[in-house]
Amino acid sequence: MLRAKPRNTTKDSEGPVAANKGAQAAESHGGGGLDPLHQFEIHSLLDIQIGGLDISFTNSSLWMVIAAVVSFSLIRFGAGAGSLVPSRWQLIAESLYSTIADMVRDNVGSDGKKYFPFIFTLFMFLLFGNVLGMVPGSFTFTSHIAVTFALAASIFVVITAIGLVKHGAKFFSLFFPHGAPIATAPILIPIELISYLSRPVSLSVRLFANMMVGHTLLKVIASFAIMLGVVGGIAPLVLLVGITALEFLVAILQAYVFTILTCIYLHDALHLH
Amino acid sequence: MEAEAAKLIGAGLAAIGMIGAGIGVGNVWASYITALARNPASKSEIGANIWIGFAVTEAIALFALIVALIALFA
Repeated sequence: MLRAKPRNTTKDSEGPVAANKGAQAAESHGGGGLDPLHQFEIHSLLDIQIGGLDISFTNSSLWMVIAAVVSFSLIRFGAGAGSLVPSRWQLIAESLYSTIADMVRDNVGSDGKKYFPFIFTLFMFLLFGNVLGMVPGSFTFTSHIAVTFALAASIFVVITAIGLVKHGAKFFSLFFPHGAPIATAPILIPIELISYLSRPVSLSVRLFANMMVGHTLLKVIASFAIMLGVVGGIAPLVLLVGITALEFLVAILQAYVFTILTCIYLHDALHLH
Repeated sequence: MEAEAAKLIGAGLAAIGMIGAGIGVGNVWASYITALARNPASKSEIGANIWIGFAVTEAIALFALIVALIALFA
């Protein structure tokens, strides 16, 4: 059930049947009683329908707003004071800023400075999205392919547009590596083209898979700990502590990797080699 | 063969693909340690890149796992 389940408010005439089917569907898979995918369900908190389009405010939207507010507050109120000897929050905000500034400078080049606000926003959004998902009871909005693919697809389209606007038709020399013998072109160009077109797919699936699998694993091991009771559950609990530490690392790392790959793709489009 | 049995077999087969990623992730750190042993001063330069290498290789393992989960649950 990787798609979002239908919302709970079904029509009255099909209410009990639909709810039953939903419950049956949830338990029809292997695993007897475990339902680790329930945590990824999207519930609408505020139903908003405009002309047949469902743009409700869901739990996913709520956590996106929380991530935006927290990252904004960190920079605004942490680094806002701007004292010469930094306080702790200012240190955190400034080190995040300088990490991304170095990343943009090294990977996009000196003409990449105008893309820095976007890259920084992207990084902070994903970082806080992933890390806030580790809070017990929260919702990880990056664990949905809809969210990550929307981000990756728009980044891909815009970067290709930037390359086309800057270089015109010469942009297509990206698909033919410099210095390769012309005879290999019929093989090399399709391969390069496919590898270029697979970028949004790999970018989005990497983040989505890491987040979904991480949280599913945590839920499954936690279920073992509960099922085995107080004494027998100590071993899964110890494993759970280790895996939670790993998940924090993965959360921060995946945000960093998404951002640095975006910078590398931007470099390819701007400099064509 | 029932659908349920086929799902479980499919998931098991799909997860075999993670072997390659396991070898790959081990390679990342093996080469880091080798490079560090040859030139200890380059620690800070290479240090940032191992994490990118790890994340990109791990992604392949997770692609295989996603196929297994799709076979199991959808």
